[in-house]
Amino acid sequence: MNNNKILHLEIIKDVAVVTFDDPASKVNTISPQLSSEFQEIFDEIAKNNTVKASVLISGKPDNFIAGADINTLKNAKSAEEVERLSREAQRLLDRLATTPKPVVAAIHGTCLGGGLEIALACHYRIATDHPKTVLALPEVMLGLLPGAGGTQRLPRLVGIQAALDMMLTGKNIYPRKAKKMGLIDHVAIPQGLKEIAIEAARRLSNKALRSKRRKPKLVEKVLEKTAVGRKILFSQARKMVMQKSLGLYPAPLAILDVVQQGIPRSLEQGLAYESKRFGELAQTPESKSLIHLFFGQTSLKKNRFGDPKTKVRKIGVLGGGLMGGGITSVSAQKGLQVLIKDIKLEAAVKGKKQLFDDLQKRVKQRVLSSFERDKILNRVNAQADYRGFENCQLVIEAVLEDIAIKHKVIKEMEPHLSENAIFASNTSALPIKEIAKASQRPQNIVGMHYFSPVQKMPLLEIVVTDQSSQEAKAVAVDVGLRQGKTVIVVKDGPGFYTSRILAPYMDEAAVLVQEGVGFYELDEQLKKFGYPVGPVTLLDEVGIDVGAHVGEFLGRVLGKRVTSGDPKVFEEIIAKGYLGRKTGKGFFMYDKKVRGRKPINPGMQEIIQKHCKPGAQAPSAEEIQLRMGLRMVNEAVLCLQEGVLENPVDGDIGAVFGLGFPPFHGGPFRYLDTVDADWVALTLERFSERYGSERFRPAPLLLDMAKSGKKFHPV
Amino acid sequence: MISTPKELDPVLIDGVRTPFLRSNGAFTRLSTYQLGSKAIAGLLNKTGIDPKLIDHVVMGCVIASPKTPNVAREAALVAGIPNTVPAHTVTLACISANVAATSLADRIRLGQMDVAIAGGTENLSDPPIQVSQNVRFAMVKAQKAKGLADYIKILRELSLKDIIPDIPAVAEFSTGESMGQGCERLLRQAQVTREETDQYAVRSHQLAAKAWEEGNYNEAVTPVEVPPKFAAVVKDDGPRGDSTMDKLAKLRPAFDKVFGVSTAGNSSFLTDGASAILLMSRKGAQELGFKPKAILKDYVYAGGDPLDELLTGPALTIPKLLDKNGLKISDISVWEIHEAFSAQMVAMIKLLKSEKFCRERLKRDGALGEIPLEKMNVWGGSLSLGHPFGATGGRLLETAARRLEREGGRYAVVAGCAAGGHGSAILLENPH
Repeated sequence: MNNNKILHLEIIKDVAVVTFDDPASKVNTISPQLSSEFQEIFDEIAKNNTVKASVLISGKPDNFIAGADINTLKNAKSAEEVERLSREAQRLLDRLATTPKPVVAAIHGTCLGGGLEIALACHYRIATDHPKTVLALPEVMLGLLPGAGGTQRLPRLVGIQAALDMMLTGKNIYPRKAKKMGLIDHVAIPQGLKEIAIEAARRLSNKALRSKRRKPKLVEKVLEKTAVGRKILFSQARKMVMQKSLGLYPAPLAILDVVQQGIPRSLEQGLAYESKRFGELAQTPESKSLIHLFFGQTSLKKNRFGDPKTKVRKIGVLGGGLMGGGITSVSAQKGLQVLIKDIKLEAAVKGKKQLFDDLQKRVKQRVLSSFERDKILNRVNAQADYRGFENCQLVIEAVLEDIAIKHKVIKEMEPHLSENAIFASNTSALPIKEIAKASQRPQNIVGMHYFSPVQKMPLLEIVVTDQSSQEAKAVAVDVGLRQGKTVIVVKDGPGFYTSRILAPYMDEAAVLVQEGVGFYELDEQLKKFGYPVGPVTLLDEVGIDVGAHVGEFLGRVLGKRVTSGDPKVFEEIIAKGYLGRKTGKGFFMYDKKVRGRKPINPGMQEIIQKHCKPGAQAPSAEEIQLRMGLRMVNEAVLCLQEGVLENPVDGDIGAVFGLGFPPFHGGPFRYLDTVDADWVALTLERFSERYGSERFRPAPLLLDMAKSGKKFHPV
Repeated sequence: MISTPKELDPVLIDGVRTPFLRSNGAFTRLSTYQLGSKAIAGLLNKTGIDPKLIDHVVMGCVIASPKTPNVAREAALVAGIPNTVPAHTVTLACISANVAATSLADRIRLGQMDVAIAGGTENLSDPPIQVSQNVRFAMVKAQKAKGLADYIKILRELSLKDIIPDIPAVAEFSTGESMGQGCERLLRQAQVTREETDQYAVRSHQLAAKAWEEGNYNEAVTPVEVPPKFAAVVKDDGPRGDSTMDKLAKLRPAFDKVFGVSTAGNSSFLTDGASAILLMSRKGAQELGFKPKAILKDYVYAGGDPLDELLTGPALTIPKLLDKNGLKISDISVWEIHEAFSAQMVAMIKLLKSEKFCRERLKRDGALGEIPLEKMNVWGGSLSLGHPFGATGGRLLETAARRLEREGGRYAVVAGCAAGGHGSAILLENPH
């Protein structure tokens, strides 16, 4: 039946219009079914003598083709199988590229990965000038490379440098930029896309129109068209990739290699090599972990509590500090009305200024008009009183991390709120149930733990208590998703999930420093393990006082597991005013004039040395990484065991997107599945013995898993 | 008297304005539409009304930027009013916002709409200065020029004096006289002295400063953050509470520089700012749960001689409004009258109690009477708070309605003069 088809053929005079419209999904993806239909339709077009040219267009309102169906890849068993899939796709697109009847890609909406590779195989590309229209090759984010000719066709079309930039970052290209760089031939208005594409196809067929190739600049010619130039170019690119990825991610290096090998050779040779490397990459644990995260993130886009009864239109934000301003910014940018309130108007305005600064950056990049900027700014009202709070359906407080202040704020504010308004506390550790004690309506209270800077950090940890109502949970998740966050939901408890698993990790860092491990050394080792920032720098960024405050609080509740470092050291550090970047001095010295590596703060060095208790022998690099990493992983397992986590997916996503747990490990649970729970349990026990400390004692659930050989993420 | 069903009475719900700042101050780089949007956004925020419920937006503006001829539309869109709500701009000099309000009131009374926003916006720091006419013509020709020879030919037609720009003057087009000169004519007619004039100016400044001190404007004025530093402006910068007769007496006349009475100290100054008020039908307010502050009961506009009666407007309209509604001066508990010049205010009061003026010019049986100062502009006026041309009417209506609500009187009159010899007077009634 025609109804189940993805491709639809319509012949308009002498032009065949092929419409992609997958009846089973809101977005078009590339699947085996598509391949076979593709064959059929192009056989038909080839046979039909009245047809002189064709147009590829999507029937979806906001996407062309969103890429390949990742499940197909996930289910493939071997590198050879994936290589074969890639070869098949390439052959299909080769047929498209070599057909004597010109093909026009008419692009409206997202055109990603395999979708763009199809467009690249066409003879002419038209994209609509619409905010939803973006072109990108994001395969690298999944630890892959564009495996349907992308690595070969793209550099041949737009030049090596522009192609590498796209493929190594996966970044979005918008139509105007795409036209400028030669990625597309024409920008059209959405309303006329089909008609313009048909006209273009017709003119191409009778040679009245030709795809104009971009003229490369002289520097580009020298760098890209000569063997010597290319050598320099690729060695520079490789250096940059190594600097950024520390060689932990195979995909960017493979992309470089495939382009470097393919460009001086024939397209066919290049394509064969692309498929080979694609197949290999698909089987790497890095890629599998990144795909695991991708599926995890996708699954979290759904509100697990269902749609809330009230659709939030206006929110209140208390506190104009870094967090309050950040929450205001992401909310207003996604269309929410915001009242931002602080004790002083100036402080509230300062919070609103974050939004202005965020928008102004985009105005300067010319992706936002000043008109739109002002429109978004007008969604926010900075104020020093509670006027208008009665119209807010959700209020998020971001005041100081002090239970007494939180209580005061709730008591002061509650009379100004409507009875059904949800109140969310943005705290990184204080138990929500404790906070809710000051409230007349504890059922309306949840935690919304944002990460700093809110605009950049993708995670939102929502904390629910056994008192939180279904509506409160649904509203919090709904708003979080609308703010563009990846939302995990955890149960209330000290430190919830993310702060709690960070505590033993940072505690181990303190122990290591006191054992005499240098600041640079410690940071370096953890970066090599895959964290984006080392623990010493992290503490400087967060603020040593904040870290100590949270650590001390968690220590009281969680006990020995997080308090092996000497608390007296922190007291001394804080007394000296070494609070981290915000005071200019922490472990390192922050002077704007100093470029590159920040110098060590000698005052801090002195304090540490005074308290230094070196072990029998300095820990090896691997030991440093494992002592820290495994303590975090172990605590995550405890969280799952205690029900703080609903499932391991929340745990993986939370650790990666909130704390920077190495993405190529896919999160603590995925890591356990990969390296084996048994080995982790043994290693922890070994540490436990060696250091005579219960801080390494494996979680009971971990021991169970080790014994049974079960996986946290059963395949 | 207008007789329409009571439920169609247009009512004023609330009003918001930006701070009014002397031109070339902090608002210099905000465009007219941005200032207007701040007033509308402030109003939406203060009232909490769903912007989808608004039926129409009308804003007054006098010195329009050439880039935003319909500034009301841009201001409304940027303020968050949906694009399905039409918006247009009106202009009648200093009573533009009055026109915005009364025209919407009419449409509410006719049952055409239930919810509307009136207001005005003005940035006088950035007047649209044009290149000279000859340069403009040359530029148009240059677009069609082919080759260097054509350009040279066009350039040759220009002379050095053509580089002098064309600056818009605050002058009457038909007579070429400025407002200040018009004021000198009026004050001579009513025999106003320099002392009376300065006295009234001191009063205005002191009352405005006091009103701010007492917090009377806190709820009406929305803070405006000014990029790039994003410092919030929260107050008017016009009022000078330390104003004294001695200080004003030292100033030299500004218009008739030898024998004149009006000085920079007793005239209103160029101001940047915007205002917006929310109007509804009485029925609409009831249905949506809003409490009206005042009913827009009636209004009168009048025109006079642009030369001799440039600023006589309120003296022409106030008697007409009161007579039409069968009211006497003593029936009015709140007066809010636009203070273009101190001397103009003193003259207006004198004319209204003058037998001669009222009989000859207004064809009344006798004088109207004396407006009691203790009921007029008691929170300051345009002389001290400032006068962003298109926005002043919104300020006057909001203040009058709030004073009516606070003082509990029955009627308020809002009046103003405007270029072209125009006058406006609006009658508000307390609904409670």
